[in-house]
Formats: sequence, C-alpha cells, structure tokens
Amino acid sequence: MTDLGGELMRMLPFLVAAWLFVVGLYGIVTSRHLVHLIMCLVVVQTSTYLLLLGVGYKVGGAAPIFADIPVGTPAVDPVTHALMLTDIVVEATVMALLLALAIQAEERAGSVDPDQLRIMRG
Amino acid sequence: MNHRARTTLFIFGGLGFLCFYIWGLHGLPGFGHYPGPYGDILNSLSVYQRHATDVITAVNFDYRGFDTLGEEFILFTSVMGANLLLRKQKDDREELPPRDEAADRVVPPTSDAVRVTGLALVLPIVVFGLYTISHGQLTPGGGFQGGVILASMPLIIYLCGDYEAFEKVTSHVLSEIAEAIGAGGYAITGLIAFAFGLPYLTNFIPLGETGDVLSSGTIFVISVLTGIEVAAGLVVLMISFFRQALVYRKSGEESGGQQ
Amino acid sequence: MIVMQAAILLFVGVAGTAVVFTRNPLNQVMGLTFYGLLMTLMFFIFQAPDVAFSQVVVGAVVLPLMVLLTLAKLKAKEQSKR
Repeated sequence: MTDLGGELMRMLPFLVAAWLFVVGLYGIVTSRHLVHLIMCLVVVQTSTYLLLLGVGYKVGGAAPIFADIPVGTPAVDPVTHALMLTDIVVEATVMALLLALAIQAEERAGSVDPDQLRIMRG
Repeated sequence: MNHRARTTLFIFGGLGFLCFYIWGLHGLPGFGHYPGPYGDILNSLSVYQRHATDVITAVNFDYRGFDTLGEEFILFTSVMGANLLLRKQKDDREELPPRDEAADRVVPPTSDAVRVTGLALVLPIVVFGLYTISHGQLTPGGGFQGGVILASMPLIIYLCGDYEAFEKVTSHVLSEIAEAIGAGGYAITGLIAFAFGLPYLTNFIPLGETGDVLSSGTIFVISVLTGIEVAAGLVVLMISFFRQALVYRKSGEESGGQQ
Repeated sequence: MIVMQAAILLFVGVAGTAVVFTRNPLNQVMGLTFYGLLMTLMFFIFQAPDVAFSQVVVGAVVLPLMVLLTLAKLKAKEQSKR
C-alpha cells in the first residue's frame, strides 16, 4: 500500500505536466477564438514549469537561499529555478505580442475565428 | 480540413504522444531523488565564490549570465514588436476623454475611499519593488521580480483612478529610454570586462562582505539594470495596450465605442 | 507535507483543464487568474520562493490585464460594425 503511494508520488508531477501539455494542445487545436487559443498556450507553458520543478526537487531540501541557514544544508537545485523565473516574465511579453497580433488579425481579416482567417482575405 | 476531422486526428495523435511522453518520463530518476552534481556543487560553492547568499540570482546573473542576456533581449524584442503592432495607424483618430465604461450600465464614479487607498499604496509598492531589486543577491528577489513589482504601480493608479491619472504618471518616451538603458547597460557591463583582459561578463568589481547590500560585484549592477529594463518594458506595453483599447478609434466608428 | 504536495498538484491539474474547457474568453480570464494564483502556491510549497515572486505578479496582474484590454478592443470593433 505504501509502495503504491510511493510509486505514485514518484511520478505525479510529471504525469500532471504531461496531462496539462496535452490538454493545452487540445485547446489550441479545437479553438474558435484567438484569445482562447492564447490562453491555452499559457497552460502549455505552465506545464513545462511543472516539469522543471519536478526534475530539480530534492525530498527534505530547503530553498537554495543561505541567508539564514548554514551552507551545508541540503537544498533543491537552483539552476532549474533560474531557468523558470526568467521564463515566466518573458512569457508575459510574448503573450502580449500574440495578443497584438490577434488585434491586427481581426482588423485585416474581419474575424477572430482561426477557421475563418483563411477565408476572408484581403 | 474541417473541424471534426482535425479534432479526430488530434485525439489519436495526442494519445500517442501522451504514451510516448510518459514512457520517456519513466526513465527519469523519480520525483525527489535529484541525482545531478551541478546543483549541489553550486549550492556549496556559490556563497564563497561570489559572496552572494541567494544562489538563484548568482546563477541567473553570473554563472549563466549570457543565457539571461539572451532572455532579456527576447523581452526587449517582444515589447518592441507589440509596440510596433499597436501603434497609431493612418486612419486612427484619438478620442479623449476615453470611454472605458459600458454605455448601457449605470456605474457610480470611483469612490473616495478607493482613490485614497490607491494613493496610499503607491509608495509602499515602489519601495518594495526597489527593495526587491537591490537585495536580489541576499534574499529571494532580483531584477526580474522587482521589475514586475515596480511595473504594477501605474496599474494601481489606473485601477483606483482613471485613465488621465495613468497618462500623467507615465511617459512613453522616458519609459523607452529607460528600457534601452537597461538592456544596453547589461551588454555593456559584459564588454567592460574586456578592458580588464577578462572574458565577456566576468566579474571585475571587488566582491564585498557576504550579507551586505553592496556585495557580489557585477551581480548587483546587472540586477539593477535588469530591474529597470523589465519595469520600463512592461510600462511601455501597458501604455500601448491602453491607448489601443481606450483612445484610438477608427474614423467611421461611432464615438465612444460601446462595450 | 507530501499530502499538501499531492493535493496542490491535483488542484493545478483540474484548474488547467477548467481553463482550457471554458470557451468564452471573458470567463476564461477569471479562471486564468485563479490558475496563476494556484501556480504561485505550488511554487511556494515546492521550495521555490523566487519563482513564486515572478509568477504572482505576472500571472495575476499583467497577463489578465492585457487579455482584458484586448477583449475590450475586439468588442468595441465588433459593436461598431453593426
């Protein structure tokens, strides 16, 4: 019984990350509104953060900040955290660029439905 | 390919991808059993080598500083691209005062309590943002986090006031200049290392005391410059979006585009 | 601790699924804000305070603001076309 719990806990963050990735992709493929598509892209991106978080975690580890704990205490991996935190801020600006593109697409093509964007041209 | 065919094709493809993904993840060492050497090496050496107690900021701006330079320029380019796409077109006309309320709703004007709260929150937010930027090498914080906190100050002014107050507080030209100083300063800080005969982005400022604010050399300088750049970039983005949504109307549209 | 970690992971999974399956963008923005706050809590529980700092401001303030302004602009255009 505890072994099943241990086995589940061994893979749970990665399973949730994989599920979020596929669900986000499903949202992108079947989307009918460009802004809905952009928010599903945000969900796909957060699944990669979950994966990075799961890779770097150490059971019983503290946060890798040694201002008040001595240097030898076991801490989690700092490199994955560094990758994640710059990525979050950059994600916001790239989503802003995509939203600006959505506004311009609506102006040029007359519709925010991705299926209609091919038909109304010019 | 119509919608239904696309959905069916995706369901098959997605399930296959999910199976392969989970099979690949099974080969990882398992959650919580981090094996790799680099994290442990950095945790034990960083405080002595760089006199910085926040290992994540040291990794961001020193050990992997070139990577962060690339990310910062991605931010700079996206802000530039969004600004370009949302600029004033030839057939746009400005409409002031902007109508940012629904025309078919009776909305009471912003109460005095909300306005005073917004005013009272401005100074703590700015101070907290500056504290987070400058203490990045000691406690959780750094350029990116403090920059986004600073950028939420004009937003509080808009939410608790109105668009004219937001426009008075922000300036498009100054924000663009600040963003350019931040991004260019980071690249130039790396170039100054050449004058000392060191590789690009190597530390050349004397490391101070561990635990002091002015410690860890170029990490502090780069953190401040990054904070300026992120804050100014987000303010430029907000100005562009606000202008596009509230002020610019196509000639030929009704005035006061109703929501 | 393990119970808290498992619980927050399941909440994040359910919230992400809810964000995708909400079709109306205006309702989806509210879900996205809540999802951002759940991600902040998750980063905090997994010993990543720096990342939680970034995520709380970006996910709950900046991203919903831009999406709402885009939706306002799109609706204004659609209203003026009629």
